[in-house]
Amino acid sequence: MKKSIFILMIMAVAISCTSDSEFLEREPTNILTQDQIFTDPDLPLTILADLYNRYNDFGTVKDWASLSDFNVAYWSEAGRYGHFQNTDRGYGDWGSWDYGYIRQMNLFIERLEASTGLDEGDKARFSAEARFLRASYYFSLVKRMGGVPLITNSEEYDFSGDPSYLQHPRETESAIYDFVIQEAQEVKNMLPTDASTKSRATKGAALAMISRAALYAGSIAKYGASTSQVSLPGNEVGIPVSKSDAYYTTSLEAAQEIISGQAGAYSLYNKKPELSDNFASIFYDKSNNPEAIFVEDFMLQSGKVHGFTISNQPRYGAEEEEGGRINPSLNLVQSFETLEGECVPLPNKDNSGNFISYDEIDGIFDGRDARLKGTVIVPGSSFKGRKVDIWAGVQLADGTIVSGDSRGQQKEFPGSNGQEQVVGFDGPIDGLEFTAQTGFYIRKYQDPKAGSGQRGVQSDVWFIRYRYAEVLLNAAESAFELGQSGISADYMNQVRSRAGITTELTPGDITFDRIAHERYVELAFEGLHLFDLKRWRIAHIVLDGIPISPDEITKDICDATKRETQPYGLWPYKIHNPGSPDDGTFIYKIVKPTRVTGADRFRFGNYYSEIGQDILNNNPLIIKNPNQ
Amino acid sequence: MESKYKIMKTIYSILFLGLILGFTSCEIDNYDKPDAFFSGQITYQDDPIMVGYNHVKFQLWQSGFGNEGPIDVHVDQDGSFSARMFSGTYRLKLNEGDGPFKANFVNEQLGDTILVDLNGDTNLNIEVTPYYMVRNPQFSISGNTVEASASLEQIITGEDAKDIEHATLYLNSTMFVSNNNDENVARGDADISELSNLSMSVDIPGDITQDYIFARIGVRISGVEDMIFSPVEKLTF
Repeated sequence: MKKSIFILMIMAVAISCTSDSEFLEREPTNILTQDQIFTDPDLPLTILADLYNRYNDFGTVKDWASLSDFNVAYWSEAGRYGHFQNTDRGYGDWGSWDYGYIRQMNLFIERLEASTGLDEGDKARFSAEARFLRASYYFSLVKRMGGVPLITNSEEYDFSGDPSYLQHPRETESAIYDFVIQEAQEVKNMLPTDASTKSRATKGAALAMISRAALYAGSIAKYGASTSQVSLPGNEVGIPVSKSDAYYTTSLEAAQEIISGQAGAYSLYNKKPELSDNFASIFYDKSNNPEAIFVEDFMLQSGKVHGFTISNQPRYGAEEEEGGRINPSLNLVQSFETLEGECVPLPNKDNSGNFISYDEIDGIFDGRDARLKGTVIVPGSSFKGRKVDIWAGVQLADGTIVSGDSRGQQKEFPGSNGQEQVVGFDGPIDGLEFTAQTGFYIRKYQDPKAGSGQRGVQSDVWFIRYRYAEVLLNAAESAFELGQSGISADYMNQVRSRAGITTELTPGDITFDRIAHERYVELAFEGLHLFDLKRWRIAHIVLDGIPISPDEITKDICDATKRETQPYGLWPYKIHNPGSPDDGTFIYKIVKPTRVTGADRFRFGNYYSEIGQDILNNNPLIIKNPNQ
Repeated sequence: MESKYKIMKTIYSILFLGLILGFTSCEIDNYDKPDAFFSGQITYQDDPIMVGYNHVKFQLWQSGFGNEGPIDVHVDQDGSFSARMFSGTYRLKLNEGDGPFKANFVNEQLGDTILVDLNGDTNLNIEVTPYYMVRNPQFSISGNTVEASASLEQIITGEDAKDIEHATLYLNSTMFVSNNNDENVARGDADISELSNLSMSVDIPGDITQDYIFARIGVRISGVEDMIFSPVEKLTF
């Protein structure tokens, strides 16, 4: 018995030994080799999906603060008040330098090129998409940093001990813009001409990128002439003024290619009769939306969702005990024109300085540009069928104000009917986070679906990177700069009539301020405002570190160079004066949230973000940005 | 009882171990402490250049210790600065666009970089060329109003000359007075048609409870971020 066990054991050992060599040569099951990937079209698509996912957005719904900076809103979150108490931004703010991303895009393009197993059609499209993404990132870089080293193939180190051949100097700012425009021109016809493809690159997306990039380059050339200190002698920062017309022409032509329908059936979104609802729907209606050109899409129950609605939903009665963070400022709210197309302050006082009383809480907003209520939740408007409860207090006949310091607080006051509510459930209560401390909440990008405000569900509203109205405004600006005010007025009027403005602009009405103002209201909370301020070289003027006085806030409200250093608010008060006709009406007072103590200052060194010392150390050919 | 004794014993041995570690881990540092004290003033013809607190900085660079990084030295309101450094040779660089002045040219090889040999206490005045100097500032109080006058001397003329954007009298309740929002409580602009004779006045805000106030004249040169100032004057009323 013992002997047979012994023999069995020997046999077992002997058998197991023979298979060892095979064991070492087995194919790995958890990685795919390059040859495997570039045979099946689904696999390169997964790599491409990762590259899409790393697209560089300045503002995005994934980070609510990034969409609402520069005092278009006040941030109603206790941990963020410091943002309104400082003056300067760091020189490194808004910087980006991700050459790892560029290398991976370069590698993808090269490997795709070398592959043999793929269908030619798939291959061309994948390659065009990767080149679109690479151009997009270079556009992002040049907006933030100025000219950067232009690397368009993957580089290998030869381990010789001398890496200096891998060091590249910065290109000029215009060379990077030229690269972006040229790449987009080359790939636009390799991409599908399909207006229903939103989250992948299309001809429309490529053209929209050209129109935006060329517009930026053109205005840097034109307006950079006034700020000669924001430039470098080698033009790594700054574009010669002689190039501006060519860029504006490129921008206008690309925009017109979209407008004329050559890139697919894009148009302004006009599905709903109620114009404010219509405007808000652009940002959440994902079925057959003709306005969105290129978006970052999200999907419920896929893991790719975002919490924009959770962060910003009206706090009272919300699906989660959270919300109300972005409070649009009076500065923005008052700059929506009247439907007759006039820039006038919100009428809260009459000519003799007395408060005007309104029967309805939103009476003061009547007759305004429909985009106001499409962008902002004002007192008296509703979200998800529930009316917001925004009012700051009760004003008695003798002028005393009764208010509370907790949401919806009740108090007894002279003439009250026992305990009565003295402040709205959504505030505004100065210094109490998540209440509407400016008197407003944001509507743009809020998701009206049930569950969007729950942490377990979240929102699948997309983030629109390029949309048709921006293309129209790009075209309007380029045409204006090229002296074609007639064309410009036509494009501006298309955008404005969608917002319900009845008075058409004539070519003579088109001015720089008009265009700047139209972009300010149409594209608010879309992450474009900073770059507008930068390319027009007015950021140091509107953000000059000087506080806004209460007299000044309502003046010159459509001027491009109006000071934007601090956010203001507008608070409704309920009149309590039984027997008087004013009883139960509302008056509005202009306030500055008391947590706002600083005034933003944009320094010359902020126009182009600081390049980190580690980057400068690694590559002595790279020179610093000016004024830092 | 025995288990309690055991626990105590363990605790004592842990404490004892800690004690041994505490004694043995300390060793005398093998680097000397920074021994040089670098101080001085930014000047033009020995007159200090007055700037806003923390508005202007320059950089010190030192070679020979791996990757270089700048050491920022900030300039005080009266143009003075100081930094505690290691002895050695540094390159001092006034960054372009920082400060209401231009750095002076040293020589072909260095450009405007200044070599500084720091050894022990070193005092160095950095001579620069400002666009303008505020000359002869005068302050007075009449009633509730601070009045001030000054003249501006244009130093840089010709191709690099720059205009004046505004000349302003700033008041603050503390000795830090500048255009920075936190550093003034009131301000009043001067008529800048005649630079040799500026006068300006501003009312003292009602919420000042102390019986003194600090005043200063600041001049914004167009296209230059940092303003040039007069000395700070304490006024008692």
